[in-house]
Amino acid sequence: MTEENTPENSPQKRGMPLWVQITVWSVLVALLVVVFMGLQRAQEGNVQTGEETGKFDFTMPLFEGYYHEGAQEISLTDLRGKIVVLNFWASWCVTCKDEAVELEEAWRYYQPDGEVVFIGIDYVDTEPEARVYLKRYDITYPNGPDMGTKISQAFRIQGVPETYFLDRDGVVKHVQLGPFQSTAQIMSIIDALLAE
Amino acid sequence: MKKLNILTLFIILLSLFSVNTVAAQGGGDISDDEVNAIASELFCPVCENTPLDVCETQACKQWRELIRLKLSEGWTDAEIKQYFVDNYGARVLAEPPKEGFNLLVYFVPPAIILIGAVILFRAFKEWKNDNGEKDAPITEASPKSTRETSNPKDDYLAKFEEELRKRE
Repeated sequence: MTEENTPENSPQKRGMPLWVQITVWSVLVALLVVVFMGLQRAQEGNVQTGEETGKFDFTMPLFEGYYHEGAQEISLTDLRGKIVVLNFWASWCVTCKDEAVELEEAWRYYQPDGEVVFIGIDYVDTEPEARVYLKRYDITYPNGPDMGTKISQAFRIQGVPETYFLDRDGVVKHVQLGPFQSTAQIMSIIDALLAE
Repeated sequence: MKKLNILTLFIILLSLFSVNTVAAQGGGDISDDEVNAIASELFCPVCENTPLDVCETQACKQWRELIRLKLSEGWTDAEIKQYFVDNYGARVLAEPPKEGFNLLVYFVPPAIILIGAVILFRAFKEWKNDNGEKDAPITEASPKSTRETSNPKDDYLAKFEEELRKRE
């Protein structure tokens, strides 16, 4: 019988000091939490119907020549009590051009009553090209740049165009991913919200 | 005739002047290399993981043209980069600023490598010690006990030597 495996004869193994082990495990756990949160956010997708937008309120500066009630900026919380249409777009986005005319038509239809506010949010765009785009499609509703991409990150947009319809309480009631097919499509969504 | 020549010369000079003006407005005197020197340090959020200088999307082409425009207006590299950060966020920078949460990028990877190296060093050291202790009794033991306690590798070696002897 060999004596190799008897506990008495086995050499005393020196482990790492306890404080090192605790530190290493703490760092690893913290990293795992960060990675998990990042993955969870990435898989969360865009803001869904029914979500309250009060938690990510924003104030957006408007492009030169655009105003909302005389101010050159627009705040989401100030629009409580109104139907809000948030349209994310960019001048480099080909499909955004497909819906530009329809959105403007719908805006001009609802603007006189003051019950509905359209906001164009220019995503990761260059200002000279954005101005050309706005002029070409004769867009008159408030438009501004998404400074630091903060608004698009809050709404977790997946691309452009994306449009969010908020009810009078700021709750998302409809999400349109991709361009609208017609002005009637936009108006049917808004009419349903106005009827609530 | 002389008047006609003077008029023609005047028109040619005027047209040359107007061409030069258009080129200056478009930032035509700024080379691609100058633009790309800044673009290579930026990333467009639309095309993740692709540096701006090699990205071929329309968005990136517009960004490069914007850099060209800013350079032609006399902006410095730092001012242009700051403009992009202000407009599109710090994530456009190839090298994130060393502050706040970004510090993790600079400290965590070296820390992990260091911890890994320490763990490996200790593991190898223990492994070496274990082997040294295991080898020690074998050298002191008789040939018989060596065979009994030897590992499979030694058995294989013994068989191999035996086969060689047979072949001789």
